[in-house]
Amino acid sequence: MAMHKITVTVNGTPHSAEVESRLLLVHFIRENLVMTGTHIGCDTSHCGACTVLLDGEPVKSCTVLAVQADGRQVMTVEGLEQNGTLDPIQEGFMQEHGLQCGYCTPGMMMTSYALLKRSKQPTEDDIRHAISGNLCRCTGYVNIVKAVQYAAAKQQ
Amino acid sequence: MAPKTTAEVGGMGHSIKRKEDPRFIRGQGHYVDDVVLPGMLYLDIVRSPFAHAKITAIRTEKALKVPGVLAVITGETLKQYNLHWMPTLMSDTQMVLPVEKVMYQAQEVAGVIATSRYAAADGVEAVEVDYEPLPVVVDPFKALEPGAPVLRTDKKDKKDNRIFHWEVGDRAATDKAFAEAEVKVQQDMYIPRIHVASIETCGCVADFDRVRGKLTVYMTTQAPHAIRTVVALVAGHVGLSEEKIRIVSPDIGGGFGGKVPVYPGYVIAIAASVVTGHPVKWIEDRMENLQADSFARDYHIHAELAAKKDGTMTAMRIKTVADHGYTDAAANPSKFPAGMFSICTGAYGFKNAFAEVDGVYTNKPPGGIAYRCSFRVTEAVHTIERMTDVLAQELKVDPADLRFKNFIPPDQFPYHSVLGWDYDSGNYAGALKKAMDIIGYAALRKEQAEKRKKGELMGIGISSFVEIVGAGPSKHFDILGIKMFDSCEIRVHPTGKATARFGTKSQGQGHETTYAQIVAEELGIPAAHVEVEAGDTDTAPYGLGTYASRSTPVAGAAGAMAARKIRDKAKKIAAYLLEVSEDDLVWEPGKFSVKGAPQKSKTIQEIAFAAYTNHPQGMEAGLEAVDYYDPPNLTFPFGSYICVVDIDRGTGMVKIRRFVAVDDCGNIINPMIVDGQIHGGLTMGMAPSLLEEISYDENGNISGGSFMDYLLPTAVETPKWETDKTVTPSPHHPLGAKGVGESATVGAPPAIANAVVDALAHLGVRNIDIPITPEKVWKILKEKGVAE
Repeated sequence: MAMHKITVTVNGTPHSAEVESRLLLVHFIRENLVMTGTHIGCDTSHCGACTVLLDGEPVKSCTVLAVQADGRQVMTVEGLEQNGTLDPIQEGFMQEHGLQCGYCTPGMMMTSYALLKRSKQPTEDDIRHAISGNLCRCTGYVNIVKAVQYAAAKQQ
Repeated sequence: MAPKTTAEVGGMGHSIKRKEDPRFIRGQGHYVDDVVLPGMLYLDIVRSPFAHAKITAIRTEKALKVPGVLAVITGETLKQYNLHWMPTLMSDTQMVLPVEKVMYQAQEVAGVIATSRYAAADGVEAVEVDYEPLPVVVDPFKALEPGAPVLRTDKKDKKDNRIFHWEVGDRAATDKAFAEAEVKVQQDMYIPRIHVASIETCGCVADFDRVRGKLTVYMTTQAPHAIRTVVALVAGHVGLSEEKIRIVSPDIGGGFGGKVPVYPGYVIAIAASVVTGHPVKWIEDRMENLQADSFARDYHIHAELAAKKDGTMTAMRIKTVADHGYTDAAANPSKFPAGMFSICTGAYGFKNAFAEVDGVYTNKPPGGIAYRCSFRVTEAVHTIERMTDVLAQELKVDPADLRFKNFIPPDQFPYHSVLGWDYDSGNYAGALKKAMDIIGYAALRKEQAEKRKKGELMGIGISSFVEIVGAGPSKHFDILGIKMFDSCEIRVHPTGKATARFGTKSQGQGHETTYAQIVAEELGIPAAHVEVEAGDTDTAPYGLGTYASRSTPVAGAAGAMAARKIRDKAKKIAAYLLEVSEDDLVWEPGKFSVKGAPQKSKTIQEIAFAAYTNHPQGMEAGLEAVDYYDPPNLTFPFGSYICVVDIDRGTGMVKIRRFVAVDDCGNIINPMIVDGQIHGGLTMGMAPSLLEEISYDENGNISGGSFMDYLLPTAVETPKWETDKTVTPSPHHPLGAKGVGESATVGAPPAIANAVVDALAHLGVRNIDIPITPEKVWKILKEKGVAE
């Protein structure tokens, strides 16, 4: 198996490694970098538990090869909190009971974070469509929508 | 009811924020795939492409040459240790790995052990297996026919495919009531096979320490103690002794019943760790999870209702064929092969009822476990609530009126049902009345009539369900002989903070918060100062685990009782410190004070300190208690749901316009969490009603084996649920609580199905089996000539 030297900047810190061509970005993040907040929930890009931002855009890191992230910026759930201050989206999920088992939560927050970067005042419909690629089996989404609205209001 | 404690203490009734959340919102949860141990190896599994086939050869040479592959474990390997079969929780048997034949598509055939996840997957590709296909039995009715191939050839005396025949009620009296009935209706219904599909799949890290002889297994289990005992029973003969087995259930990414059974992958990982002396990780992928882990439902129901012309229901009769797959690996209490299906008389005062269920083997993976439902209650509720609407349609009466006419009235509780349950408390009419007021029922019926004139399809569906949870009283309830008590151990530390450990295990329900609130309620120690632990069998007291909505009814009660034992001792210490008799003390949350002299008091924190520094002579030091709670009865949460749907005549698409859920789960510990549980439960009620189904073709090939075609609801399909409540406390639970995690999953499907049928009732439609897909609806519209 061919090996490749890559450098991926994750949450602002560059990480260099030699990886197999086939190594998935999600495994690079979870196993090479031991940042386990990004989860794996399916094999078909449907559940979104592995969502991270690649150059600011949400991607499903189970469907991106680590080599494709070479030279690019990745942001994971671990990058949301800054200097001990929670991001409004994290605060929103906690305040509005937007999570239960916590497994889909990191991916759900990354997708929501990206939504709020491009849309300051999303409607409920906007939010529901934005997170429709992230499955949650516990909450029924009602409080996730409220969590995103909380963060949107907080950012105003 | 106003909370008894202050917001700072955070006892029952306070919507305190969850103690779990700070780690989850930072990505700092610790799930099983996050466990990494030195020298850890990886297991991946070879699976069968056939639903029924003889294995003629397994060749491992090529796999063993794959870089990183260390070993291939087959049934023959395990047979040397007599570990190739294991018992199920229903005292049936299940293959860990086959030595003769496979019984369903995706069954485990061999395990590949390698130094990395990727190498293990390469090894799986390189294992060569020769199969000789055998006749496949998919249809449970055909499985019961004389001459059908007998599937369980491993059972020497087995001559057919029937697992069990179970019946309840008085058949003769029920037949008589039907013979005399003024009105009779009957309906066939199929409740399809579905899968819990928790977003985290199943997995484990098995770590056998050869020097200490100790096995530690980090695993996705809802019932760690029961698993420990099962492992000791299954592997005792190879030297694994229960005190040397530690099961750790870390953070769990959703369970819903799917993480109760013991799956072959766990056992293979354990065997591999014992053989190699290395920790072995097994994490199934989503397709393995959907195709091979236990399934729910799969009930073929024939139901009949008898009634008087005035609508009084007089009798119910049900005959059901239950497809359990190739083994009975359900997780029902031993004496209840069809679970609590006998709750099928629901909220109504039947005088006669009879139900029978035949469990059947087919070439499918094990079925019969839960899908966020306590032991077949969903099937029972769907039957009675659908049949009530069928009867209403026959009698041409409003389904709400028919329910009011037949509800068990509030003054008849505790109510002994004709099929043998003692309903603890209820006010069914109260919940339905409230739901109708919230949604504006009369106005909706008027709107519907107007829309019908214009050819628009709108339906209103009601479900007035009765749940049965909190298993259960030891007289009737056990799993593999272990009584279904649950437990709590509380240690109050010298500085007045507490650690509380439980025999259950949360999978997202928020026990770290709600259990702390129970302790806060009973002792006045702020919930913020109560650390809740569960899931580690080395530290937690023995319990049967979290499923079937039993945590609050059983373990929550144990928490309250343990706290009360501590309060009793605290009272003795307070009397000593205040130099008064115990009889002169009064309790308010957090302190004892002297009657008539409230300024003379001792807080629970002062008493805790004294318990370690200044306790009375002759009394044991410390402030701890354990309680193993054996519930005197089950609890019976209930509610009424009303769903409004609009149907697109062009596509057959059903849109839920509104859904009002009025739940009654008795006294509430944390209203925010209860609401969240109901939102989630409703969504898992909607899912099988409109989207989810696992089916098989005649060769036993699965459809719905990945998220490509097993459709979980997204935020777009999921409506904005509207919730409300009534509060009817349980008279026998120490906190008056009943449990709520599954009510909505149980109650929602018939509300949705009833709404869709109601929208089409004027066209002569009386039943549509779930999932009610656009295709099914469109075909009906086409047949009735109303498709656009």
